[in-house]
Amino acid sequence: MELQAVHQNPSEKTENPYLPHMARIVRIHRMVPDNYLFQLRFVDDNVLQNWEHRPGQFVELSVIGTGEAPISISSAPTRKGILELCIRRAGRVTSALYKLPTNAMVGIRGPYGNGFPVEEMEGNDLLIIAGGLGMAPLRSLLWYALDNREKFGTVTLMYGARNPADMLFREELLSLADVEDFNCLLTVDRDPTGTWKQHVGLLPTLFKKATFDPSRTYAAVVGPPIVYKFVLAELLKLNFRKDRILMSLERRMKCGVGKCGHCSVGYKYTCIHGPVFTYWDAINLPEIV
Amino acid sequence: MKILKMPKQNLDLFVSVLPAFGEVYAPVKRGKGFAFDKPSLWSDVQMKYTRTILPPKKLMLPPRETTIAFDPVEGFQDQLAMASKPMVLFGVHPYDIYGLNILDRVFAQSKYPDPYYIARRKNTAIIGMDFEPDDKHFAGSMNSDFVDSGFDLFLSDIGDDYLVLVGTSRGDDIVVMSGCLMQTPGEADFAAYKRRSKDRRASYKTKLEMEDLPEIMEMEYHSKAWEDIGNRCLSCGSCSMACPTCYCFDINDEVELGSRKGQRIRSWDSCLFKTHALVAGGENFREERSSRIKFRYYHKQRGFVAEYGRPSCIGCGRCVEVCPAEINIISVIETIRGERDGIASSAPKSV
Ligand SMILES: Cc1cc2nc3c(=O)[nH]c(=O)nc-3n(C[C@H](O)[C@H](O)[C@H](O)COP(=O)(O)OP(=O)(O)OC[C@H]3O[C@@H](n4cnc5c(N)ncnc54)[C@H](O)[C@@H]3O)c2cc1C
Ligand code: SF4
Ligand code: SF4
Ligand code: FES
Repeated sequence: MELQAVHQNPSEKTENPYLPHMARIVRIHRMVPDNYLFQLRFVDDNVLQNWEHRPGQFVELSVIGTGEAPISISSAPTRKGILELCIRRAGRVTSALYKLPTNAMVGIRGPYGNGFPVEEMEGNDLLIIAGGLGMAPLRSLLWYALDNREKFGTVTLMYGARNPADMLFREELLSLADVEDFNCLLTVDRDPTGTWKQHVGLLPTLFKKATFDPSRTYAAVVGPPIVYKFVLAELLKLNFRKDRILMSLERRMKCGVGKCGHCSVGYKYTCIHGPVFTYWDAINLPEIV
Repeated sequence: MKILKMPKQNLDLFVSVLPAFGEVYAPVKRGKGFAFDKPSLWSDVQMKYTRTILPPKKLMLPPRETTIAFDPVEGFQDQLAMASKPMVLFGVHPYDIYGLNILDRVFAQSKYPDPYYIARRKNTAIIGMDFEPDDKHFAGSMNSDFVDSGFDLFLSDIGDDYLVLVGTSRGDDIVVMSGCLMQTPGEADFAAYKRRSKDRRASYKTKLEMEDLPEIMEMEYHSKAWEDIGNRCLSCGSCSMACPTCYCFDINDEVELGSRKGQRIRSWDSCLFKTHALVAGGENFREERSSRIKFRYYHKQRGFVAEYGRPSCIGCGRCVEVCPAEINIISVIETIRGERDGIASSAPKSV
């Protein structure tokens, strides 16, 4: 039975999920030292036109001659044409990328992963909680919600960075601070400049600045482990449903397509079953947090 | 299914047509063990082998293969042509056929079919062959000592003849090309088959209770037994290399000296290696040896059940044979089931 399935349509050519598409670096924004935003455009018009992704999905980025790394998509699916990746210089591949000039070519394959269940979230209130680099994947969700504003109830962002200079997308987010119908709460652990006009204090202190109706709110949380620890405690205290708390996990990844085994957590592969998991999944899978 | 029989003395003539269907691999002696390899003489082929050191997976997912060539100007080119060479794999035991069927679920029947695996699988004829279990086989307990799919032809020893199951149209082509070596079997042949098949099932020296194992593994997740096993394990990865259903791999780019041209290589990897779950920033999700060996067992006996409805272990006994620390899967499972005390290294209870 199995073998026959494999033998069906021997002439049919399966698309090669490992083969990257060429993309050009259109612009590099040096947002934060060691954390740049790369704007990419696919070379092949067909790929460009047919590209679709969900907030929370990721791509495998190839730097030709060095290797691949999984990177979340920071741009929203509602903004087509340019793919934005916010990338920290962490090791071999990312350092090689930082050496490339504008107009250089990179390889992109994907999008991979489940992404946020946006259809299910629509019609509800949305609470986005980002710690540090967690803003990279959540920016896609944020713009998805703002571009589809009528589909959501209240939309709140709580974002904490160590200090203003470390804040990703700082200017963009500050420009949203006064937007009507969007509650943009930005905080820094400390403000050495003394010019920061938003909040100062650890991320969980922002819970005092807003009110929620947990019966109709989805919370999306991405950040370092310490953020999960304190933020999850707050959300549970507020009686958020465990299957409406969404988090995105980072694991080592090689293939991105559920084969190589590197991203496994408990019984699941982060690259296909995740990277977005509910808190309920998390407490039911061994070794998840 | 079409069923034929072939007198044993016709085997030599039969195998002489196989090269028309691809490069022939068959079990031959290698050191103290056996290996699937290209036999230089057909008389080297072992019709009664216990198990090969490496499973047939080595031909479908080679230990090292070039998947993609890259070049800063040309971009990326797949190297699929290299995976399309026809092969004939002769003498595969039923549990190993089952092992390939399990790999199919991951590599062919999943969301992102793997074109390299599929090319090799499509272009490989499988000729199965029955076997006599030794003390390390427990395929009888894993529902894998009989297969009804996954082969082109399957030969069962019924005394002076082989009963031949024809599983695919390519299998039938092999039969047709071999001319008049096959005959129509009769009642007596089927009776002989049934008798031998019953005897074989009864001859397993090693049995394992698999019912409710996934639930028991959930309960025993924090059992101290894993620590004991982890203390013995050397993290050498031999068990996963030898396992027909372990498929973890690594991907690395190799660049030609002084250029940015090169090849993307995928090679076997093991969840038992320390760097398997290491991520940027130095965090390792399975730092402890015990957490890695535990992970291997959970993925095979628990995770796979959740995802695919059965464990991925097919009871070949290879991991028992290769382990330098004498960690024995049967004793490990008996320990977790609470059917034996203490460390899971000595001989299993059921032997
Ligand atoms: C779903 C997902 C989304 C992500 N999104 C983003 C994002 O939006 N932005 C972003 O900047 N990052 C993101 N990351 C993290 C990013 O993938 C890693 O930082 C990246 O892979 C680093 O690649 P590199 O080649 O530069 O580093 P590497 O050279 O791989 O080194 C990174 C670290 O890995 C370890 N390491 C790697 N290989 C070995 C080895 N063979 N032996 C020992 N140690 C080793 C080391 O600890 C090293 O410090 C994401 C990761 C995942 C899984
Ligand atoms: S776990 Fe051991 S016995 Fe089971 S299939 Fe793998 S090598 Fe064979
Ligand atoms: S073969 Fe034995 S020692 Fe080596 S990794 Fe496997 S269990 Fe550990
Ligand atoms: S990254 Fe290979 S299985 Fe998930």
